[in-house]
Amino acid sequence: MQVIINIGKYFMMLRIIFSRPEKMRIFRYRLMNEIELIGVKSLPIVVLISVFMGGVIALQTAANMTSPILPAYTIGYITRSSTILEFSPTILSLILAGKIGSNIASEIGTMRVTEQIDALETMGINSLTYLVLPKIVAAVLFFPLILVFSIGLSLVGGWLALVSSGLSNTDTYIFGLRSFYQDSDILYALVKSVVFAFVIVTISSFYGYYTKGGALDVGRSSTQAVVISSVVILICNFFLTQMILL
Amino acid sequence: MIEVVNINKSFNGTLVLDNISAKFETGKVNMIIGQSGQGKSVLAKCIVGLHEVDEGSVLYDGRNFSELEGNARRDIRKEIGMLFQGSALFDSMTVEQNIMFPLSMLTNMSKKEMQERADFCLDRVNLSGKNKLLPAECSGGMQKRIAIARAISMKPKYLFCDEPNSGLDPKTSIVIDNLIREITYEYGITTVVITHDMNSVIEIGDNIIFIHQGRNCWSGDRNAIITTDNPAINNFVYASEFMKDIKTVLQGKLK
Ligand SMILES: Nc1ncnc2c1ncn2[C@@H]1O[C@H](COP(=O)(O)OP(=O)(O)O)[C@@H](O)[C@H]1O
Ligand SMILES: [Mg+2]
Repeated sequence: MQVIINIGKYFMMLRIIFSRPEKMRIFRYRLMNEIELIGVKSLPIVVLISVFMGGVIALQTAANMTSPILPAYTIGYITRSSTILEFSPTILSLILAGKIGSNIASEIGTMRVTEQIDALETMGINSLTYLVLPKIVAAVLFFPLILVFSIGLSLVGGWLALVSSGLSNTDTYIFGLRSFYQDSDILYALVKSVVFAFVIVTISSFYGYYTKGGALDVGRSSTQAVVISSVVILICNFFLTQMILL
Repeated sequence: MIEVVNINKSFNGTLVLDNISAKFETGKVNMIIGQSGQGKSVLAKCIVGLHEVDEGSVLYDGRNFSELEGNARRDIRKEIGMLFQGSALFDSMTVEQNIMFPLSMLTNMSKKEMQERADFCLDRVNLSGKNKLLPAECSGGMQKRIAIARAISMKPKYLFCDEPNSGLDPKTSIVIDNLIREITYEYGITTVVITHDMNSVIEIGDNIIFIHQGRNCWSGDRNAIITTDNPAINNFVYASEFMKDIKTVLQGKLK
């Protein structure tokens, strides 16, 4: 029952967010701040995860390619496909749900319990639009960029792992990366990243905004934000994969 | 003048405000007093529209706030300044940005005009030069004063203060009280102060209403609260032996 109420509240929140835009000048200023918070400050963890993820995928693939029938460049090909299609968009979004999601929920939740949101509202400001819209726009613009960056780094990570462990060589790997390439793969990954960006920001904002109580409840909201965004990402991923690939 | 007419408000079936009516006069410090948890903050939040009332209406100089929507409501809100119990300063902004915030959101002032207004308001609360501090770097009393500066930056007609003295030492409390009174008289603001601090009531309370169990139990002025024999008031205000002594002294003074 609570789930249905929350879903209703969530969609009502979205309606308010997109209903009354604030002044453009202020929106731009807020957007720049959010791009820094959501985009730029996430880069270190993206670099770290992408490189290692690519390395592990390549090693796994190489280790399982014992059959002599399969050509050696298959390693590069599989590494590329699984990185673009699943690992980068999904894993990355799950990690960012943890980082950005908890950050957003605790920021907005703290503003709620310290009455900063009430202060905004008494001034006659639409607090949801003011706080959440720039975050949504920043994430929806920046996630695709982060994704492309992450895919690139993962492929580099794969190459480093293969070459340093002697399981393959540069030419074969690159030949593999370039085999059977389709533009639609990237497009598909970009669509996913935009959807996940929206999911992370809106769900985390939802849990932050409707926090009740004190500091302890902010922590709880923050955890819920991460868990629920992750679950929704996994569910969306399933349906998107089904819709686009089949 | 703000008029509250027969307000009812309940949360999940629990009645918090029970048919409250009150008048808050212009250019006066109007006080809402009562024990913790009796619905003082809820009443204030109903008046400014942070909570919707279940029944009844709130009139700002005759304008029925409860019936208004959208822009008309926002127009009245721009005339309201509010001082929250925990100050509610935006902690990611400097002192000066906090004060300029409503100006930048709601007016078309130039950067320079906003700066001047911020300096003026800071000066008014005796905090000139503290522009670049962050709220976390300020003491509780300073935070309250910054919040007052922010509340008056838009030249409000109505000022709400929710327990402006909570968590402050007696000396700082007096500073804040005097500031609220001066501002009220100086700009002819309709001020509503929520408090349970008897010192403030006696010092600056022009009109006082007493909320008990969600009802408006008693109202009167500063002298009336000293002479009253209303048992609920006596029970709350003159709860300690010390306060009983004070009452005797004050009554003597009145004669
Ligand atoms: N948002 C809310 N939801 C449910 N109950 C609330 C809410 N706000 C206040 N209450 C309840 O209303 C009563 C009065 O609270 P409040 O007005 O904060 O008291 P005080 O007089 O100390 O300011 C309390 O019992 C409180 O639990
Ligand atoms: Mg209160």
